[in-house]
This record gives sequence, structure tokens and C-alpha cells, in this order.
Amino acid sequence: MVKAGLIIGGGIAGIQSALDLADQGFKVYLVEKNLSIGGKMAQLDKTFPTLDCAACIMTPKMVEAGRHLNIQLFTYSEIQDIKKDGNIFKVKIIRKPRYVDETRCTGCGVCAQHCPIEVPNEFDEGLGVRKAIYVPFPQAVPLLYTIDKDSCIDCGLCEKLCQAEAIDRQQQPNEVEVEVGAIVVSTGFELFDVRKKEEYGYGIYPNVITGLTLERLLSASGPTGGHVVRPSDGKIPQRVAFVQCVGSRDEKSGNLYCSRVCCMYATKEAILLKEHVPDVDVTIFYMDVRAYGKGFEEFYQRAKQEFGIKYVRGRVAEIVEDPNTQNLFIRAENTETGEILEHEVDMAVLSAGLVSPRDDNFEKILPIPVSDDGFFATLNPKSDPVTTKMEGVFVAGVAESPKDIPDAVIQASAAAMKASSFLKEW
Amino acid sequence: MIGTQKNVVRLDELDMGFAEAVAKAGGENISLCIQCGTCSASCPVGTRTALRTRQIIRRVQLGFRDEVLSNKSLWLCTTCSTCTHRCPKDVNPMEILLSVRSLLVEEGQVPRTIMDALEGVYKYGNPWGISRSKRSEWAKDLRVKYVSEGEKVELLYFVGCAPSYDPRTQEVARALVMNLNALGIDFSILGDRESCCGNEIYSLGERGLFEILVKDNLSLFDQYGVSRIITTSPHCFNAFKNRYGIKHLAVQHYTQYLADLIDKEKLKFSKKVEKVVTFQDPCFLGKHNNVYDEPRKIIENIPGVKFLELSMSGGRSVCCEGGGGRMWVDVPGERAAENRVREAVNIGAEILTVACPFCLLTFDDAVKTTGNEGQIQVMDINELVAGAISPRID
Repeated sequence: MVKAGLIIGGGIAGIQSALDLADQGFKVYLVEKNLSIGGKMAQLDKTFPTLDCAACIMTPKMVEAGRHLNIQLFTYSEIQDIKKDGNIFKVKIIRKPRYVDETRCTGCGVCAQHCPIEVPNEFDEGLGVRKAIYVPFPQAVPLLYTIDKDSCIDCGLCEKLCQAEAIDRQQQPNEVEVEVGAIVVSTGFELFDVRKKEEYGYGIYPNVITGLTLERLLSASGPTGGHVVRPSDGKIPQRVAFVQCVGSRDEKSGNLYCSRVCCMYATKEAILLKEHVPDVDVTIFYMDVRAYGKGFEEFYQRAKQEFGIKYVRGRVAEIVEDPNTQNLFIRAENTETGEILEHEVDMAVLSAGLVSPRDDNFEKILPIPVSDDGFFATLNPKSDPVTTKMEGVFVAGVAESPKDIPDAVIQASAAAMKASSFLKEW
Repeated sequence: MIGTQKNVVRLDELDMGFAEAVAKAGGENISLCIQCGTCSASCPVGTRTALRTRQIIRRVQLGFRDEVLSNKSLWLCTTCSTCTHRCPKDVNPMEILLSVRSLLVEEGQVPRTIMDALEGVYKYGNPWGISRSKRSEWAKDLRVKYVSEGEKVELLYFVGCAPSYDPRTQEVARALVMNLNALGIDFSILGDRESCCGNEIYSLGERGLFEILVKDNLSLFDQYGVSRIITTSPHCFNAFKNRYGIKHLAVQHYTQYLADLIDKEKLKFSKKVEKVVTFQDPCFLGKHNNVYDEPRKIIENIPGVKFLELSMSGGRSVCCEGGGGRMWVDVPGERAAENRVREAVNIGAEILTVACPFCLLTFDDAVKTTGNEGQIQVMDINELVAGAISPRID
């Protein structure tokens, strides 16, 4: 038995599992397909119900994972293959080329300063720009620059300017094989593709955005420096509506489950919106308000009482744009009074649900059974919610089912515990 | 004394038999309703009347029989099915309303104008109560084959009531016949033997009459060896495809049939139509049956046409308010069709094409009532095709 573990996915759950396993003395390989660890949490402004800054609570863990002697990070990497040989998992990892030598790059950023190419910034949900040579966000771990070959025009300016001589435009993908005794899958989620709800006009009406986009607008380090402005004309919205249950609890979307976090993230974003724009009129259109966790009900009360956030019980049937102003009309029935509302707002925020990331490749490499909701199944949802049917494979975070940060961290520690027991058995 | 107060509802006194009767008549998923209100707010009629679909469903669930059955707004539903199209729990709210209508019909509680329409269909095979002998007058100077004993029917063109009797819609039937003849298609019509397909009869809750129509129509189809049908109206298409419960008949709306011919390169256009054209998705093609591409394929294949979409098209298309019995039930105020016409004019369309007789009639009306005569023309796709079609040269 190899006293090592593989963590697939470097979001908050993966990082937590990695730290817990590493602290127990095991060698940990943490594989993350994006340029930096951090996952979706790194994109959030503040977290509910405490309004803690997401980066402030996460970056210490990220840095720790980056410098922990027992953790080896494989970022911008993917699992190519896993073979079981007795008790050992033989894992082939492909490291994608950054075209930057990671042993030389100091993260100084002079290259990006002078790069002439600007493209939409994925981290900022397409708002704002980044350069063709870039770091995904300032707190990235590892802090290494990467060239996006699809946008790079090969002008060579970065190479000329790099004092560390770190640019390597001929870099090739690099295959690495590791052996581990246990695996924790923490591959997280994607947001439901809200274009599928054509009646909400996302992608057609510019002022219809998702909650994740609003997080970037609210962030001081975001594309607008924390100034909430609406996409069509850059004006500060005075009236905003939140649309709940977009792609959740919905036969028509194919997702019957509740995504568990949207009631709270909408409440949080509504409060932050009020902090940024004190006179803003915010209405949340809901089916139910699910405020089940520690501090959640109190947070919901605060939203109504302290911040004047309005809640209307009625699922939004349709959003219609006024082509002259690009304002939006939210059509919903106030089910408590029977009135049909056509509520005019400057911006509409869709509280998109959480879905399992589509990856047919990964399912071939690690065929963990999947539940009806598309997330990974465990041996028993009650008595063992972290162990999968595949021996030595555990799951943590939203990869197992939608959950908030506290629950993801708890499950990650649990998965690390199970994995370590499993590793110690042999 | 507890349990005897007048204004307090006792759950054990509610009529759960009523809830069960509605569920049995087509509302099987009624218990899944979570009262989210999507149905009420999606309803094109709800925004300007007292029709609150969600509330009706709740009252049915709770067994408030008398209150539900005396709700006049039940007759306002156009059966556009936007509610069913969007319901997150697949409750099928439209079907529940139609189930309640069927209970109202059983009790004889039907508005006068609807009663007249039902009687017309019962006695004369059409809701206007016009004599059967006049049913195929629209075809009298056209080259048309009538079904006859002993001869198997290659393709049945099921005309429908509006195209048979209404002067404006007769022009659509004529155009379709001319198109089929130009293409050399072997088709037949039932002539005076044709009766109402029953789609609106079912929607009005007259299940008994609907069963009679199904029986009669199916035995007619049997008698003449009919296996393939095309229809003028999406309503007839829907009835045969979804309500008749039969699989052996291949039913298409004419737009699907013509789109197929375009794919097979059998329908070509030789004349240009240099107009700006837009299209109204009929509820019974689009939302009910997922047919969105075929009408567009035909329009966009006509040379010279500049096609523009209305802002709410496809699955978001707004009902013309002609279906579900609304041809015989009026609601004061502006019909949705008037808004649509205004929008079509605003986007610069010269022709507003339709693929449904009800849309044709309501939009023709709306063009007049909005003062847009001369600004925009309402045409059925068949009429557009007839003006551009390249006849088959033998």
C-alpha cells in the first residue's frame, strides 16, 4: 500500500481534504484542471451568513496547500487514466503547457502589463478583460503566468521583457505518473446554463445576469472595482429583481432537486447590493425561502428588517425587455394575494442552480456510480455520505450534492478521515 | 362550541370526491402542484382578467366544488398551454382546467355562445351550424379529388371547419390545393363527409360529443383506406396526433409536409417575394407539438423574403386568443393579437404570416381594429407559397 492520496479538484473541498490528509503525514497529490486552485469560492465576494470575505477565509488555506511539504499541486492538469493494481491506483496526470517555465516565473507581471492582446476575462464571467498572458486572479496559487495560445499573436514582447527568462513558447504537455492508495473526488459543479430558460431572456437581454456575475460586480477586485453597474449602459441599477429556482426544482430543466444555496446566496447578494447602493429597491421572487442552516433564519430576518429587502412568493413566469430603456419587466403572480405583477426593474439576477460538471471522459476514467440528480452517489446517504462504491474512492463537496461552504468543508474533512483510515488499514 | 363556527372550514366537509373527479378526468398530476404561480403569470388571459389558474388548482385540490364550478373565468382559457409548457412540476394546469370544464358540461353549465357552437358541431359537423352540403363549396371550381368507394387514399387533405366555411380562411384551403396541384401531389378530400376534428370540442369539455366525432372520423378514414393526413389547422393536427389515441395514422400539419418536400428538393420557388416577413408561431404547432423550424424553413426558402422574428417567438410566442373556445367567448379589452400586430408593424414587417386559421382570423381583425389596414398584410404560409411556387413541369 502506498501511503499517498490523490485529490481530484482543487476547490474549497479539495483543498480541505488535501490539508487534512497531509497534516496526518500522507503524501497528497492535488490535481486541478484550472490555472489556480480555489474553484468557485474564489469568485465569490462575501459568504453567507457571516458576510465573511471569501478570499480572506480561503487564501490562507490556498497558500498552506501550496507550501505544505506533503502536498504536491498539479494545476492546469487533468487526469488521463487511472489503473488499479492490487491496492494501488496508478494515476496518469497530463500537465498542460503554460508556455512559461514554472521554475523561473516569479509572478512579477511585467509580461501581462505589456501584452497587447485583451480578451474577455473568464474569472469575471466574461465582464472585463485579461491579457493573453495572465494569471486568473491576483491571489492565484500557484502564482504563475500562463499564455493562452488561442489568443496569443506570438509578438514575442513577453519573452523580450521577462527578466527571469521564463517564457518557453515551445513547451509541451507533460505526462506524470503517480501511485496512490486512496482518491478523494472533489470536482465541484457548474452553474446551470440559464440560456435554457428562454423565457428569462438571458443572452438576449443584456441586463439579465446570473448571481455569479453579480458576485464579480460586487467584488472590489472585480471588473468594475466593486461598482455595481448594469451591462447595457453602465448605469447604477435602482431597482433589481432576483429570480429564484432557475434550473432547480424544475422538471422542464431536468433538475428536480433543490440546489440548497440559492435562497441564501440571493439574500446575501441582495444585502451586499444594498450596502453598495443604499437606495436600491430589491425584490426576491421565490417559491420557498430555504434558510435551514446555522444563522440562516437570522440572516433572512436581517435582510428584511435591517436592509428592507422585499420577498414576493411567486415564481417568475417570464422576463420581458423594454427595447427603449432595456429595463426588464418581471412577470409573476404574487401567490399570496393573487395579483399578477409586471414589476419593472433595471437589472434582473437569475439565481442559477448547481449542476454536476459534464465530463464524459472523467466518467470513463473513474466510473463512480451517479445518483438521479447527476452527482456522485455514496454507499449510504445517511450513515456513510463520503465513501463511494469504488473501493478506496471517496467524494467531498458539491461533487456529491449541492451544499454550502461549511458543509463542503465538513464533508471534505470527513472524506480525508475515511481516506486516511483506508490508507492506514494496509 | 368548537367545530361549529360558520366561517371556519372543516377539512372533513370538503368535497374530496370533486378533487378525485377532476384528477380522473385528466388532472392526474394535480397533487404535485406546489402553488408557485408560474401558470397564472404565464397566462396570456390572466394578465387582463380574473383567471388565476393556480388558485383554481388549489381550490380543486381542497375540494371547493361549488366555488370552482361557478368560476366564470374557466371559459376564458385559450388552451395555448403556456402554463403546461412552463410548469416546474409537470402538473399540466391546462388539462386540469379542461377537466373542470368537462364537469361543467356534464352539469349543463355552459355559456350560451359555446352551447350554440357545440350544437352546431353535433347537428351539422361544424360550430357555425351551416349545412353540410355547403362544406366543400370552396373547392367547387378547383381541380380536387373526392374520396370514393374502392379507391385507396394516398394522402388525405383534412380541410377543417374554418377553412371550409369562413370566406377568408377558404382562401387558405384554395391556396393549399393549388400548391398541391402545382406539385403534382395525389391527394383527396372528404368533401361533405368531413366533420369537425373535435379539438375545440374536447377543449370545451364536451367529451361525449368528442368521442362521437372520433368514432365517426376514424370509421371514415377506415372506409376510404386513409393512412396519411395533412391538415390546414394545427388544431386538427393536434387532435389527430395527440387526442385520438391512434398510432397507425401518419398525421402532419401542412408546414411539416411542405418542409419535407423542400428537403427532398421537390418544392422549389421560381418567383421572388421581395417583402419583409414575420411569423406568428401557432400555439398548437409550437408549444403543444414542438414544431418551430418547419414553417421558418418554408418562409426562408422563398427568394427575396427578408425574415424577421417577433421579439417573443418560438416557445415564447404569444397566443392570438382564438383557441379553446375563445372564438365564441369574448373578453372586453384589447386582444393579445392587437399587440402582436402592432409589434409586427413596429419591426417593419410588411407581411405577418400565420399557419393557423384562428391566428389568421384574429390577426385580420386586429389589423383593422388597430388601424393598420394598408400597413401590414396577414397571410397564411400557403398563400405566400402560392405566390412563389415553381410548378412541376411534366
